[in-house]
Amino acid sequence: MENEKAYALLDEFIDGLQVKQGALISVLHKAQEIFGYLPQEVQDYVAEKLGVAASKVYGVVTFYSFFTMQKKGKFRVNVCMGTACFVKGAENILEEFNRQLGTETGEVSQDGLFSVDALRCIGACGLAPMITVNGKYYGRISKADVAGIIEEVKGATAND
Amino acid sequence: MISSGAELNAYKNKVLAGGSKYVSGECDVVYVGMATCGIAAGAEAVFDALNAEVQGRGVVVVPTGCIGMCYAEPLVEIKKQGKPSVFVSGADAETARKVVAEYLDGGDSSAVLPDTRGDKQTRIALRNCGVIDPTKIDDYIAVGGYEALAKVLTEMGREGVISEMKKSGLRGRGGAGFSTGLKWEFGAKSEGAKKYIICNADEGDPGAFMDRSILEGDPHSVLEAMAIAAFAVGADEGIFYIRAEYPLAVKRLETAIAQATELGLLGDNIMGTGFDFKLSISLGAGAFVCGEETALLNSLEGKRGEPRLRPPFPAQKGLWDKPTVNNNVETYANIPAIILRGADWFRSVGTEKCPGTKVFALAGKINNVGLVEVPMGTTLREIVYEIGGGLPDGKAFKAIQTGGPSGGCIPAQHLDMGVDYESLGSIGSMMGSGGMIVMDEDDCMVNIAKFYLDFTMEESCGKCTPCRIGNTRLHEILEKITDGNGTEDDLTQLKDLAQTIKSTSLCGLGNSAPNPVLSTLHFFADEYLAHVNEKKCPSHTCKNLIRYIITEKCIGCGICAKVCPVNCISGEPKKLHSIDQSRCIKCGECLPKCPSKVGAIVIE
Ligand SMILES: Cc1cc2nc3c(=O)[nH]c(=O)nc-3n(C[C@H](O)[C@H](O)[C@H](O)COP(=O)(O)O)c2cc1C
Ligand code: FES
Repeated sequence: MENEKAYALLDEFIDGLQVKQGALISVLHKAQEIFGYLPQEVQDYVAEKLGVAASKVYGVVTFYSFFTMQKKGKFRVNVCMGTACFVKGAENILEEFNRQLGTETGEVSQDGLFSVDALRCIGACGLAPMITVNGKYYGRISKADVAGIIEEVKGATAND
Repeated sequence: MISSGAELNAYKNKVLAGGSKYVSGECDVVYVGMATCGIAAGAEAVFDALNAEVQGRGVVVVPTGCIGMCYAEPLVEIKKQGKPSVFVSGADAETARKVVAEYLDGGDSSAVLPDTRGDKQTRIALRNCGVIDPTKIDDYIAVGGYEALAKVLTEMGREGVISEMKKSGLRGRGGAGFSTGLKWEFGAKSEGAKKYIICNADEGDPGAFMDRSILEGDPHSVLEAMAIAAFAVGADEGIFYIRAEYPLAVKRLETAIAQATELGLLGDNIMGTGFDFKLSISLGAGAFVCGEETALLNSLEGKRGEPRLRPPFPAQKGLWDKPTVNNNVETYANIPAIILRGADWFRSVGTEKCPGTKVFALAGKINNVGLVEVPMGTTLREIVYEIGGGLPDGKAFKAIQTGGPSGGCIPAQHLDMGVDYESLGSIGSMMGSGGMIVMDEDDCMVNIAKFYLDFTMEESCGKCTPCRIGNTRLHEILEKITDGNGTEDDLTQLKDLAQTIKSTSLCGLGNSAPNPVLSTLHFFADEYLAHVNEKKCPSHTCKNLIRYIITEKCIGCGICAKVCPVNCISGEPKKLHSIDQSRCIKCGECLPKCPSKVGAIVIE
């Protein structure tokens, strides 16, 4: 998305807020949805718009793990490392994704396509070990499924 | 618009005769579990196929919340009139369609399964989960929804509600177990024109999913209870604080709030009684500590989620310094049932000190992973073996973890203990929110303690030193032990430091963070000793303490050498192979590849 359009969308959201008091977190949610991440430039913009100190915005962004200051891949792989998934071998699955994509947890692959993150419980512990890719759930997976999932995700784009 | 109790009744009769008549068992129903787990397992396709199949049969297909048998997803429940339910489990759309059609037509029923939930469960908080379509307010009203609110507004009065709640003995299901009635009384007594009601749906305990299931399966119960709480304490505004990781629950809540507002069950002058109440949703942003209620308040105010000092308690000075009553999702879900059926009925379930039930999310190394609701006082053995069906693959039970990162690991010798807040606390664990993770012989208790510390260390908000630095040090010592560099001295240090953190931290996160360490040190001391003295990990988990070796049984087939990612296995064809220990990364790839009748690779 072009930057101007993105900022216009954010403006629209902020201007539409009934109460601005306490709205920082919901504004940041929106900003991350629009920009994909929260670089300093976006944080400064939000601070200015809401009339709060940029340091406060930074303080909030770094406090909450949902917010990221780093650009993510086109496909965001989230491997659940909650307890149920952990005892069912989630660590091996995380390792396998990183091995196959050449990433480290929290990083983006060189081609910018994939980022791999560890997540705390997505509440689908019945299907442990569990991962999501761009919000789509994959449950009861094993190390052997990793290659297939990567291919499936890539294939889906080839068709768009 | 429903503008009186009588109109609610008329509306109920109307929907019972119309689209919601299946709830009274007047036609055959096919349920498809469509909570997050169901959908992840492919329930949407199953639902579409079944919906197309039953056309013209006079049967309804209902997308419902969590049925509780998560291990069997995608799950279809068929309820024929006058017959016990049967299930179709784990089937793809086409198979499900065939099996359901055959069963409905009275044909072969060998492909359907009986109910395995057993008779140990009592559903109060989950009474509507898996029974109604959570996206339809009509279905909720058909099962008696909003009648408790009507009763409260028109018959009971504020004091009546509070005294009934106190009498019921309901205690907070969010972990601390504080009396809900008393909390409401404090809120009601606090002075102020503006008060808030909050629903804590942060559910940060990894491995717990009951609050999500309730919100996805029966959101209106929680809405109704919040309205009741608001009336009792004199609030006119309510807020859901819910994890951003639960998009479906958020969506179901948004739908529920819109529907209730449209029917006039939320908003101004509810049921013509002059009571106003509006509700909104606020998303968390991935911080475990925000489940702690004062941190939650800061988060709602758009700040870093650091806890506040107490007193003042939220009931006196909460959100924006106004009196605020916060309860957990499951606590709320019990309330309409208590109001309608009475405190005495509620007290007839569970134990004297802990009336009612508790929902547990049973996961880990257990056959019937799922959501279970049992009377307080039910034993762990009943939960693990009778409801949970025991452990898979014939493995031995080692421990059950309750209370998440604040709780402890309970060994087999305590399996016959009945669960409630006090009993779990007495053996160094906690009720917590209700996560229960079963662990078997392959789980290393030192490693599990390290796993939890890793969690709390990252989630510590950093405000107080014992929690911020103390937990980091605990983690370092555990790391040292699992790396094979620990000494017996370290165990003493662990214990001392853990005690200090417990007694000096600012909030519940720090106070309870050392529990996983203390409980494993207490119950599984031998495992710690094996790590530090013999440099061995008895459950073969800690990579630095194990070696893969090839025994004399090797037939030299070479399969292991082929799969080794670092090429550290060598040997001539048909001769004994060996593993170069200096290069082995202990990935374990080779072991399962060794032909089972040979079984030459072992872990030492
Ligand atoms: C670190 C920490 C995390 C907590 N997480 C939750 C949570 O996810 N959900 C919850 O309802 N209560 C949680 N609590 C407990 C709340 O502080 C509070 O006691 C509870 O929401 C009150 O509701 P109840 O009385 O209905 O249980 C947590 C407490 C601590 C110390
Ligand atoms: S622990 Fe992974 S989904 Fe809950």
